[in-house]
Amino acid sequence: MTATLTTPPATSSTIPLTHGRLPRWAPGLVAVVAIAAAGLFPLLLGWGVVPWVIVSVIFYIGGLTLWAAVVETRRSAVDRMVTSLVWTAFAIALVPLVSLLWTVISKGLPAINSTFLTYSAFRTSLDQPVGIYHAIMGTLVITFCAAVISVPIGIFAAIYLVEYGKGNRLARGITFLVDVMTGIPSIVAGLFAFSMFTLFFGAGYRSGIGGAVALSLLMIPIVVRSTEEMLRLVPDDLREAAYALGTPKWRTITKVVLRTSLGGIITGVTLATARIIGETAPLLLIAGLTTRTNMNPFDGFMTTLPVFIYSQFQKGTPADFDLAWGTALVLVVIVLLLNIAARVIGKIFAPKTGR
Amino acid sequence: MSTTSASSTRNTAPTQTGDRVFSGIARTAGLAIVVALAGVFVFLAIEGIPGFFQPEQFYKGAGSFWGYVDNLIFGTVLVATIALIVAVPLAFGIALVVSHYAPKWIAGPVAYVIDLLAAVPSVVFGLWGINLFAPKMVPLYDWLHEHLGFLPFFKGPVNPVGTTLLTTGLVLAIMVLPIITAISREVFTQTPVLHEEAALALGATRWEMIRLAVFPYARSGMVSAVMLGLGRALGETMAVAMVLSGGGGISFNLITNSNPTSIAANIASQYKENTPGTLHVLIATGLVLFLITFLVNFAARWIVARNERRMSR
Repeated sequence: MTATLTTPPATSSTIPLTHGRLPRWAPGLVAVVAIAAAGLFPLLLGWGVVPWVIVSVIFYIGGLTLWAAVVETRRSAVDRMVTSLVWTAFAIALVPLVSLLWTVISKGLPAINSTFLTYSAFRTSLDQPVGIYHAIMGTLVITFCAAVISVPIGIFAAIYLVEYGKGNRLARGITFLVDVMTGIPSIVAGLFAFSMFTLFFGAGYRSGIGGAVALSLLMIPIVVRSTEEMLRLVPDDLREAAYALGTPKWRTITKVVLRTSLGGIITGVTLATARIIGETAPLLLIAGLTTRTNMNPFDGFMTTLPVFIYSQFQKGTPADFDLAWGTALVLVVIVLLLNIAARVIGKIFAPKTGR
Repeated sequence: MSTTSASSTRNTAPTQTGDRVFSGIARTAGLAIVVALAGVFVFLAIEGIPGFFQPEQFYKGAGSFWGYVDNLIFGTVLVATIALIVAVPLAFGIALVVSHYAPKWIAGPVAYVIDLLAAVPSVVFGLWGINLFAPKMVPLYDWLHEHLGFLPFFKGPVNPVGTTLLTTGLVLAIMVLPIITAISREVFTQTPVLHEEAALALGATRWEMIRLAVFPYARSGMVSAVMLGLGRALGETMAVAMVLSGGGGISFNLITNSNPTSIAANIASQYKENTPGTLHVLIATGLVLFLITFLVNFAARWIVARNERRMSR
């Protein structure tokens, strides 16, 4: 600051108030020239497409920056360089993400048919068809159990934090512990469930409920976080209006606060479910792997879709991989549906602003 | 926050049974979280602490627990570091495109797709990594080995199927990318518009506006986004277990066959050896992983809290 103040006025008058600007079509022109110039390498040296694209991008960024530096100012050259770099980062990141989605769809689609969705992997002779019915059911049962455990705990804990705790020592402690829980690696959650159930029920105990316990450890912090955020959005005016009418606090919470934030809470719960439905590591440890359909979460091995994918990967033949891709597509579609559902629910239950 | 008298009204109102029951339930739920986390510590400790003092044969020739876990910690940290070095600039780039560069009709759908990718299960990333991505990387590794082979990272010999530490790091980078992007995009868009317009009115170019108005405002959010990404990369299990062909000692050679594996992947691949000794050792390594991620998260919260205090002044 002081530097500009002490600058003698003589120099400031020499700074031009305007500078040249590149024409609007300059980036387009540079792009064409860069692609053409880089195209010499594949023509003359026989390079592939990928190095061609990389060299084109380098030419483009360098060329545009240089041109801007000559015609415009140094500052606007930097601006143009950063703009191209940012868009390049965007393009680079999109390549693998699009490739991933495309691969899952193109490789998964051929595997999916009615047999695939309605048969389990249990077979009595080698030529019988197999499917993922057992894994779909296992996923639904375990995820449902995890949701049953974590949704009440999560929502009530958030109510405590927002409505009752109000920054007392217990509330601060819980907020901190929720932060810690957010960072628990999924495999550690699995080890916890594994150690607990091994201690209580003996070595080799496997069941769906163990997986649900591990998953709820991962789900609770997400539910608490999103619910807390939604409850804090409810204006205090509404609460005070209810108190002024003589409504007891718990009726205010259930009838006013929860009703207002219902859409947001359901959205948060749905997103949390979408997050945990793809967890593999904890279930690998405690829920095990089976080929039969098991609907009882309290007894016996239970397979979920992600674990099934992993086991197919471990078998490693091309046919196994086909099944794995089909399962991956089913899993991604479930996650996608949950995400869309979350959006729709959020829209439907959004508090009517009235008028 | 305009919190006024919400809690003080309770004292004057007559206490009701319904109120007491409801607040009791809420408090119990809060305490359940405390109990659950205490349970994690207790049960991991009961089953894990014996893992520090097992007979030597359980440590796979490493002699002691620390000799055994050294390799794994090294692998975990190295893979996560590669992932972050690649992912962080890209993530901030995408977040800037979505929040400040792209027109609305691109930004909206892209933001949605990125949120969606944050929810794609890690096992799908692993499947894609081993099936498609790893073989595609081999030509690049050949090139790196040929031209940059004098660096310790690319000494080779090149792994012919591409299941290397570098591949794993890149797959992890793709996995943490959506998380870092989603959080940093959020904080970028929350920059007060007045700050931005003030910078532009003073003649700043767009990049200068971002540097002067957006980054200072978003810094704590960016740090916590990176730390969350780091936590995710450290604890990631399936992608590492599926892509990396582990089983080597400590080495910085990123493109060869024998790589140090990570703690989480090691647990996932070894847990089937059901001898109690091995299990104790594995749970002990899990305890170590828990402590590492705990420290990372703790550091993130601390940085964010410190910055918030400074901003609020």
